[in-house]
Amino acid sequence: MNAPISEDDLHAYADNRLDAARLTQVEAWLAAHPERRAQVDAWRAQSARLHRAYDAVLDEPVPARLMPPANQSRWLDLRRVAFVAWLMLGTVIGFALRGEMPRETSPLAAGAALPRMAAVAHAVYTPEVRHPVEVGADQEAHLVGWLSKRLGAQLKPPRLDEAGYHLVGGRLLPGERGEVAQFMYENAAKNRLTLYVQPQAAQAADASFRYANEKGIDVFYWIDGRFGYALSGSTGREDMLRLATLVYRQDPR
Amino acid sequence: MSSRDAIVAEIPRLRRYARALTGQSDTADDLVQDTLERALEKWHLWHSAREFRPWLFSIMHNLHVDTRRRAGRIDYCDNDELAEVPQRSEATDALELRDLDRALALLPTEQRAVLLLVGLEELSYAEAARALGVPQGTVMSRLSRARSRLQSILNGEAVPQLKVVKT
Repeated sequence: MNAPISEDDLHAYADNRLDAARLTQVEAWLAAHPERRAQVDAWRAQSARLHRAYDAVLDEPVPARLMPPANQSRWLDLRRVAFVAWLMLGTVIGFALRGEMPRETSPLAAGAALPRMAAVAHAVYTPEVRHPVEVGADQEAHLVGWLSKRLGAQLKPPRLDEAGYHLVGGRLLPGERGEVAQFMYENAAKNRLTLYVQPQAAQAADASFRYANEKGIDVFYWIDGRFGYALSGSTGREDMLRLATLVYRQDPR
Repeated sequence: MSSRDAIVAEIPRLRRYARALTGQSDTADDLVQDTLERALEKWHLWHSAREFRPWLFSIMHNLHVDTRRRAGRIDYCDNDELAEVPQRSEATDALELRDLDRALALLPTEQRAVLLLVGLEELSYAEAARALGVPQGTVMSRLSRARSRLQSILNGEAVPQLKVVKT
C-alpha cells in the first residue's frame, strides 16, 4: 500500500512539500532511520542558513537604478523628483536672468538648452553635502560601466588632477532626449566642477567651444561626435577655459 | 496591478537570489537590472499569473547563463583540492555570509541555482523546473547532489573543486 520512501520524499519532507498523508509515513520511516533523519535535518539547516545569510537583502532599499520607468516614461521615480526640481529652478533662473515671461513655450526646446541644462544640474547638485553623486569615484569602474551602458557609448571621465581637481563621482540625469551623465570634480579648496555629457541627435554637427554665463555659473560647452559636453563651475572664466581645454583634449568618450 | 507594479514587487526577491547566485552585490544588481529590462520588454509574452515568479527567475537564469558563457566556461575537475573554507561555530554575520558565498561558489552553477531556488526562494520543484527549463527529475537529482556537496564543503571535507577554464 505505501510506496517506498524515496530520496525525493526526503527532500520534499525537508522542504515541507509533502501532503499530510505522505508526511506521516515519511516521519514514521525517519524515526526508524536516524542516520537519514540527521541528513534531512542537515538539509533543513542549510536552508535556514541560506535565509540567515541572504534575507537581509530583502530589507535593503532597492537601488534607484533598478526601478523600472513608470507609465512608459523613461524617467525613474527618483529622477522625476530631480527633474521637477530642475524645471522649477530652470524657470527661476531663466526668468531672473532674462526677464522673459515665465510661460515660455519650453525651456528645453531650443538647441541652446545645453549650457542652461548643465548649469541648472550644476546648481542643483554641487551644494549637496551628503549626496553630491549617485556613485562615488571609489567605485569608478562601476560608475563608468553603468553610465556607459545607460548612454549607449563608452564614456571615460577625464582626469583633471593636474589642475588640482579629483573625481568625486557621477550620476545619471534626465535630459532633453533621454539620459545624461554628470561627473563631478572637487579641488582642495572645495570648489566643484561638473561635466555634463549629453547624447546628441545623430544629425547634430560638431560645434566648437562656446561660453555662457548662467547666473554666475561659467559654462563652456561644445559638441563632439555623438555627445554634447558642458563644463560648469564658478571659479572664473579664465580658469574655466583652462579646465575645459583640459577636458576637451582628453575626449571623454 | 500593472506590469510595472507586479515586477517591482518581485525586485527584493530577485535581488536576494541574484546576490546568493553571484556572490557579489554589484554583479547581482547588474543581473537584476538586465532581468527587469528584459521582463518589461517581454511582458506581452507572459500570460499566466500563476507562473509569474518562475517566469522572472527563468529570465534571470538565461541571462546569467549567457553572461557566464561569454565570460568563460566552467569545468569540473575531480582531483583538485578543496579551497579552504574556515569553520566557525559562532561566526559574525559578515563572516557567515563570506563563508557561504565561498561555499556556494564551489558548487557547479546549475546545482547552485537549484539549491537556491528551492532552499532560499522556496519555489516548488515544478516551479524550479520551469525557471531552469529542465525536467523536474533533473531538479531533484541536482538538488540532491547540491545538498550533499554543500554539506561536505561546509563540514570542511574534501570535495572536487570547480575551475574556470578559458575557452
